[in-house]
Amino acid sequence: MRKSTASSMPEFSMRGGHTPSGQPKAKPLNTQQTLIRLWQYLSMYKRSFIAVICFTTIATLLNLAAPYLLGKAIDTSIMQKDWDGLIIYAVLLLIIYLSSAWFTWLHQKKMVYVAQHAVRQMRIHIVEAMQRLPIPFFDRKTHGELMSRTTNDIENVSASLHQSTTGIITSVISLFGSVIIMLYMNVWLTLLCMVTIPLVMLFTKYVASFTRKHFSDQQKSLGELNSYIEETISGQKAIQVTQREQHSIKQFRAMNTKLAHASVRAQIFSGLVGPVMNVLNHSSFTIIAAVGGWMAFNSWTSVGVIVAFMNYSKQFQRPINDLANQFNMIQSGIAGAERVFEIIDTKNEYEDDTNRGSVAPFKIKGDVKFDKVCFGYQDDRLILKDVELHAEAGQTIALVGPTGAGKTTIINVISRFYEIQSGTIYIDNIPINQIDKDSLRSQLGIVLQEAHLFSDTIYENIRYGRLDATKEEIIEAAKIANAHRFIMELPQGYNTVLSTEGSNLSQGQRQLLTIARALLASPAILILDEATSSIDTRTEMHIQQAMKVLLQGRTSFVIAHRLSTIREADQILFIDQGQVIERGTHDELLALKGRYFELYNSQFRRVAVQ
Amino acid sequence: MRQIFQYLKPHWFAAMLAPILMAIEVAMDLLQPMLMASIIDKGILSGDQAHIVTTGLTMIGAAMIGLIGGVGCTIFASIASMRFGADLRNDVFSKVQTYSFRNMDKLETGSIITRLTNDIMQLQNVVQMLLRVLVRSPLLMIGSLVMAIYISIRLSIIVAIAVPLLFIVMYAIIKATLPLFSAVQHKLDRINIVLQESLSGIRAAKAFVRHEYEGQRFNKANDSFTEHSVKAQTIIALNAPLLSMILNVSIVAVLLLGGKDVIGNNFDIGLLVAYINYVTQLLFAISAVANHLVRLSAAKVSVDRVTELLSTSSEINDNGEQTQKIDGKLQFQQVSFRYDDNQPAYQLQDISFTVEAGQKLAIIGATGSGKSTLISLIPRLYEKSGGEIYIDQHPVASYSIAALRSQIGFVLQESILFTGTIAQNIALAKPDADREEIIAAAQAAEAHEFIQRLPQGYDTELGQRGINLSGGQKQRIAIARALLIKPKILMLDDSTSAIDMRTESRIQQHIAQLMADSTVIIVAQKISSILDADQILLLDQGKIIAQGTHEELLKSSKDYLEIYRSQLGNEEVSYA
Repeated sequence: MRKSTASSMPEFSMRGGHTPSGQPKAKPLNTQQTLIRLWQYLSMYKRSFIAVICFTTIATLLNLAAPYLLGKAIDTSIMQKDWDGLIIYAVLLLIIYLSSAWFTWLHQKKMVYVAQHAVRQMRIHIVEAMQRLPIPFFDRKTHGELMSRTTNDIENVSASLHQSTTGIITSVISLFGSVIIMLYMNVWLTLLCMVTIPLVMLFTKYVASFTRKHFSDQQKSLGELNSYIEETISGQKAIQVTQREQHSIKQFRAMNTKLAHASVRAQIFSGLVGPVMNVLNHSSFTIIAAVGGWMAFNSWTSVGVIVAFMNYSKQFQRPINDLANQFNMIQSGIAGAERVFEIIDTKNEYEDDTNRGSVAPFKIKGDVKFDKVCFGYQDDRLILKDVELHAEAGQTIALVGPTGAGKTTIINVISRFYEIQSGTIYIDNIPINQIDKDSLRSQLGIVLQEAHLFSDTIYENIRYGRLDATKEEIIEAAKIANAHRFIMELPQGYNTVLSTEGSNLSQGQRQLLTIARALLASPAILILDEATSSIDTRTEMHIQQAMKVLLQGRTSFVIAHRLSTIREADQILFIDQGQVIERGTHDELLALKGRYFELYNSQFRRVAVQ
Repeated sequence: MRQIFQYLKPHWFAAMLAPILMAIEVAMDLLQPMLMASIIDKGILSGDQAHIVTTGLTMIGAAMIGLIGGVGCTIFASIASMRFGADLRNDVFSKVQTYSFRNMDKLETGSIITRLTNDIMQLQNVVQMLLRVLVRSPLLMIGSLVMAIYISIRLSIIVAIAVPLLFIVMYAIIKATLPLFSAVQHKLDRINIVLQESLSGIRAAKAFVRHEYEGQRFNKANDSFTEHSVKAQTIIALNAPLLSMILNVSIVAVLLLGGKDVIGNNFDIGLLVAYINYVTQLLFAISAVANHLVRLSAAKVSVDRVTELLSTSSEINDNGEQTQKIDGKLQFQQVSFRYDDNQPAYQLQDISFTVEAGQKLAIIGATGSGKSTLISLIPRLYEKSGGEIYIDQHPVASYSIAALRSQIGFVLQESILFTGTIAQNIALAKPDADREEIIAAAQAAEAHEFIQRLPQGYDTELGQRGINLSGGQKQRIAIARALLIKPKILMLDDSTSAIDMRTESRIQQHIAQLMADSTVIIVAQKISSILDADQILLLDQGKIIAQGTHEELLKSSKDYLEIYRSQLGNEEVSYA
């Protein structure tokens, strides 16, 4: 009789999964182009995909044939009391059912393979693309947004490939197949079957307009509530310190009630579809039985035909519902694919690099020169204004100044995270934009404010600095960075696996590991951006002693708030509002009695009194 | 389990009505094949037109009654489940609000958030499903079985074979796939973690030119996920064909056996058709029940996770009755603390000191030496494990928590801002503060100037909808927040790390003026911030290793001297 799969069971979940036909879904912008690109992914598994189509078609055709044979069996064998005929039909049916099950399994298995591998490729492409995107791109997009493209959006593509591709083939073939067989059996009864279709469509459309509104209300309330939960729970410590518990409970309750109201409405409307469809199905059933009965009575048709018809009437209405759902799913899949392709198509930082490779990669000595460098994160607001500086190879340059003065920005433009608007930066007298980005960066050792660690062993986290480093070299670097001691105190030492982003270490320990990593890289130019801000000063002193030995002959740029880390630099640049306003050694700047002097005094004021 | 389903009680009426209404729909559905058999046998075959019409009308009538049942069930199931979810969410959220820092540390913020959002949503959906489908399928199953046996016991032998077979197959598949799915979930988590790490470390990846390395890391997770999910889904793909195969083979058997009886005139053709319909319905209902059971077992995980939140209680009791104004004298007497009572290691040990009201206490020490923990004990954010802490001679636990915390201004190490305006964020602990007070606090925290430069000044929205502030700006707002309540005890937990030195020293001057008779406790890295403290504690591995004023410590403590030199001395080194 009618064949169904577990996947066609009703789903009532609020998020994801099988969507009621009325639920709003993101609409794709350029369907055709996206489909072509999706096909490129599928076509990597062309043979499997063609097999899927063939097997699906065969399985569907077999499923169509079965009710026809069943009707025939009743009509020609049972009604005619033909036992031998019945056995033949039974054997035929058995063969058809068995092979249909076999082909169904085959096409599902193949489709799983094709869909999973296609989205695996997509994931690889999007991650590869993301890794090469320029830093300004990441300033504009939140991590959450980018994460959701690689997970949710790709999941949508996967689900719609997996469920809709074969689903649509099945639905279309069943629809046309049923109609053809029905027409062949009896034209009038076929027309009768069609009577309820406009009703179904009208109803679905009517309900859909309501459901869409209520569902989007529900999604909105849900989004608000979830982000409130997120914010409150992550800020729980501040809530307790300021005694805001009652207030946040009150606010939460209000939002929660709003969500409950919206959800009840949305659920009721979407829940109407099932029962009403049920009635329409039954009515159609009844009409066929009644009219068919009357026709059989007048010998215009046979009982077998009627029985077969009632089955077809189901088999024929289902694909219409299914198609509506599949259409929604495919739309959301295409919309997901579009968002994924958008990332893949975003220009990466190497494509824009017009001078790329004009100078062959060379070993950097470390002479850095800024000539009238201007830069702003937005075109209309300059952060760096005509910055001039010259660091000779091997010198230490300290950058000092109030927050937001542009110290980090100077580092950002040296490492070409951002491209300057005008002026020129020279390294070893070669304009920086003529040097291959990767070659440049691999010779800079940058220790950032935020320590980047990942969930792997400590050993692996330090090795990140130089992939071919031996275990001994890694331990040596950790020793110099003063990280060795705490690492050895961990249960598995260097083989301790860090939790996500190294969150099982303290901020200070994380910084020590990133320093070890930069040391391992042994760069020509070292850049420390507040690299020791969370390390206590005693430890910092030990690191500095070690680094002094190690960094002889290397140019370094240091940003720090602590004067003790700055005072021995070869050059101190005092930066304010994007300009270098004072420059010189510690003693020279003190003699100048300018801003540096003022800053120095603000910290040592009370010491001087003593 | 029971604790969670208690939340259905207040909505018992809707929760009872839904399955009852569903039973009506199922009963009507069960009638249909019988009515049809009657049409075929008594109407079509015996040529009774009137019978066809009346039975046909009966069928439509039954369908309408079924509709009322179905729609009604949907309505009441939605009401009951959504309100159940809302109540549960309210209670869990309120419960979380009472958690101590220790509870929060143990359960982890991220996990609490997922439980409040996803897990409760999952439970809400399961309740809705229970009230609708899980009632429908077993009813349909039993009804169909009864009807089938009623029509023909002989044919039911086939059913007696098919049903257990169906159960066995489904059980095997479910059993095989459940562990696979949890593995798939695990691999998916891994993909997310790797992705999140490579996004937040994008600068480091670029700095070290590690895009290939990051790519490989991701591919490893990606391949492993693909492999596992192909495996799991391939087995799941067996489910539908196997079930429909068993179903269809049974139908052929019924056709054969029933057909023989019809041929032998022992059975009506209409009843045979009806029987086939019932068997189909029965077997579908069984596979539906199985599918729901899978979801139900998945929900068990959510039940446990939510129950854990509900049954976690803060170890801090609020039995203190004193609510009077405090002077701010603070005394620690051999205080010890450990995060986990089952672990031997103490985070703080044998801490004793006294601070007179209006004095300034400074705490310094290496990262992880216990500075933040020490001051968190004062407003009872953590509960001490031993010893006693006195404020104005009374143990801290003798004050009501509200009285205690409302008189202590605590600037946390991490500055946390909330969605809302800047003014609202400053007035967090005193929502009825007027604009002058807020501005005064902002001025003292050196925040007024930059706030005024923002487009909407104090009414500038922060958070997701508004602008983002720099680290130093956030810290200044957090300081203003604490200053606004004019606390008798002000605690600053290394909360000026992102503020430049000039601004910091100005803030210190303001605090010295404004908080002249308040006790100030400052946790710091920089000696320059604590030179004028009346007392300095040097902490190392949870113990006080030196105690005294700056001058005293310079003389008495070699460790202090070393720190001092590292920051101010002349003989230490710098980079390169």
